[in-house]
Amino acid sequence: MSTVALTDTHHGAAIRDWAGAAPKRIVTGYGFWIFILSDMIMFSAFFATYAVLLGQTAGGPSGRELFDLRNVAIETGFLLASSFTCGLASIAADTRSTIWFQLAMAVTCALGLGFLAIEGNEFASLVARGAGPTRSAFLSAFFTLVGCHGLHVSAGILWLLTMMAQVFAKGFRADIQRRILCFALFWHALDIIWIAVFTVVYLIGSAI
Amino acid sequence: MTHGHDEVFDDIDVAPGDEHVEGGGVGLRILGYLTGLGLAILLTATSFFVAGTDLVWEPSIPVALVVLAIAQMGVHLVFFLHITTGADNTNNVLALAFGVLIVILVMGGSLWIMANLNHNMMPMDQIMQMQR
Repeated sequence: MSTVALTDTHHGAAIRDWAGAAPKRIVTGYGFWIFILSDMIMFSAFFATYAVLLGQTAGGPSGRELFDLRNVAIETGFLLASSFTCGLASIAADTRSTIWFQLAMAVTCALGLGFLAIEGNEFASLVARGAGPTRSAFLSAFFTLVGCHGLHVSAGILWLLTMMAQVFAKGFRADIQRRILCFALFWHALDIIWIAVFTVVYLIGSAI
Repeated sequence: MTHGHDEVFDDIDVAPGDEHVEGGGVGLRILGYLTGLGLAILLTATSFFVAGTDLVWEPSIPVALVVLAIAQMGVHLVFFLHITTGADNTNNVLALAFGVLIVILVMGGSLWIMANLNHNMMPMDQIMQMQR
């Protein structure tokens, strides 16, 4: 982990004179950071689409009639808490504490699944009420944006389970630690995108 | 063995998401995440309150919501992703700044041009009449 690597470099003065390539952890983390930023740019296009199409309900229901803000608040709480437990998992990985890591990851997984369950319920009830993605341009944009975030969360949960299995089978090897770093970046980034979703899609969307 | 320069570099890079902890233990790091969680809950609660209240002048609500959301994103970046202003984070901040620039261009540009087109478009019934 970088905490360890940093203290190493602080003690070993000779390393500073060597101007070589950056450590692999930094290269990997930075590359994944670039991916996350590109993902956010993709989401910004979906957000722009949603904002432009917000009023285009084609005579169908608007956000004010459709959105249940109590559900959204619960979803937000789940994702926020899962971001926190994901942070605890990062600390546990740094201190190489398998039990705490697996426990924190399991809680993160449960919270993520809870989020997905509420979102799936919402989508199903919208479609059942005749407000599916084909109803209006507004609803197409809504399902694309929120569904894309939901797909990211689903992928994140698969990745989370993979990391739990890899730590179980291989322990905290350097390459596993790098994957945990990237997973934590991904999960926290999803929470940041959710801030924009609940603000733009639900809160502003139900005000209009 | 010759040393080209003997300055002490404190700006050794940090991977994005990694924390630069100076002598802080696990407790300090957990405290950091707890601080972030507390601030995030506060800002989220404020957002939901502002959206549902009639205590605030109504046209200001969307602006207030956007400001609160940007503030919360900042909290998440600092306390969860550990993006700081430190010298070890320059690369990560620069990449983020470029990403934010593109996001602003995409969103602002789309909203601007579409609002402009909407404004300049003839009402639909007049277009229909012209086509007859």
